[in-house]
Amino acid sequence: MASLRDIKNRISSTKKTKQITKAMEMVSASKLNRAEQNAKSFNPYMDKIQEVVASIANGGGDVSHPMLNTRPVKKTGYLVITSDRGLAGAYNSSVLRKVYQKIQDTHSSKDEYTVIPMGRVGRDFFSKRNMPVEREITGVADQPAFADIKDVASEAVQLYTDGVIDELYIYYNHYVSAITQEVTETKLLPLTDISTEGKKLSSYEYEPDQDQILKSLLPQYAESLIFGALLDGKASEHAARMTAMKAATDNADDLIGDLTLSYNRARQASITQEITEIVGGAAALE
Amino acid sequence: MNTLTVSVVTPDGPVLEDSFEMVSCKAESGELGIMPGHIPLVAPLAISAVRLKGSKSTEMIAVSGGFVEVRPDKVTILAQSAETPTDIDVERARKAKERAERRKNSKQDDVDLVRAELALKRALNRLDLLEKS
Repeated sequence: MASLRDIKNRISSTKKTKQITKAMEMVSASKLNRAEQNAKSFNPYMDKIQEVVASIANGGGDVSHPMLNTRPVKKTGYLVITSDRGLAGAYNSSVLRKVYQKIQDTHSSKDEYTVIPMGRVGRDFFSKRNMPVEREITGVADQPAFADIKDVASEAVQLYTDGVIDELYIYYNHYVSAITQEVTETKLLPLTDISTEGKKLSSYEYEPDQDQILKSLLPQYAESLIFGALLDGKASEHAARMTAMKAATDNADDLIGDLTLSYNRARQASITQEITEIVGGAAALE
Repeated sequence: MNTLTVSVVTPDGPVLEDSFEMVSCKAESGELGIMPGHIPLVAPLAISAVRLKGSKSTEMIAVSGGFVEVRPDKVTILAQSAETPTDIDVERARKAKERAERRKNSKQDDVDLVRAELALKRALNRLDLLEKS
């Protein structure tokens, strides 16, 4: 049985841990709010660019662009969105597990794929396993602006245009709600499925012509898809961290309850023992 | 007088939405003036200033990496960045200009040169707009 002093120390240290996890929970909650707003203000842009791309790509006429055509795959690129810091529950591990499995299943040699990890956790994961890392991105802000990641996004798109990779997948946690995040795999390039459902397509005049427009529009479209995934991933990150910290706070509460109970028991036991000793001593004198 | 609804949208959120009488912008193939009743059109924009003429005042917006989508009563400008004169960070634009100029003159391989050129254009565009407004 631990002594009274030991139990007391454990209670006070657990209380301090609880204060920290509680604070982290609240920080993540407010960051999640901001991230949700960012994702919301990004939506109009995405919707519009999708609408225009769809009406050009599906609007008849023979449009061709390397980014729309599937070509034989010699090398696959994986863009993986993770966080810079841990303490976010299963946020990083679930997305990394999925990518790792996919790579193990589909590729037999290291020449067939390359990874572009975003976030320190992902970078460490892949470099520790000696997997080919094309480019790494760390230190992305909690509330990223498009200008911050534009270079990265255009480099990823450039890899495809230059023929270094023949397809590009993106892996991230899709934000469903504050307690649910889903690992999502999306084939980013080539752009094969441009969804047109629920949108009315309009026919436009093109200035100068369709091919020219696709040439400047498609890279922008792909870049904004990457940015959208990043915003989604950031929202998930904050949500995951919030949930993890909430669980930690609850656990600390339970632990403090248990410890307080055993502290009181030990205190009571020592008092009882003292009384028994006094009574015993008095009885011996009579 | 007929008006057009103009909305300017960037990945970081909508910048502006209002009614104007005329939009003049610089497409990659040349200057474009758009008035109400224009046929539907899509055109990529150069790194340039877009002028929105309203009944009382004229607004200027610096855009880069954008294109314009025109419908008879609505014009949407989609750009990777779009800033009104008050949003422009002068200090940053000036620094970007100096950096881009330095890089351009340093004569390294040509990929760098293209990027420096674009960065310089963006910075000059912002500074020009500030001067005009």
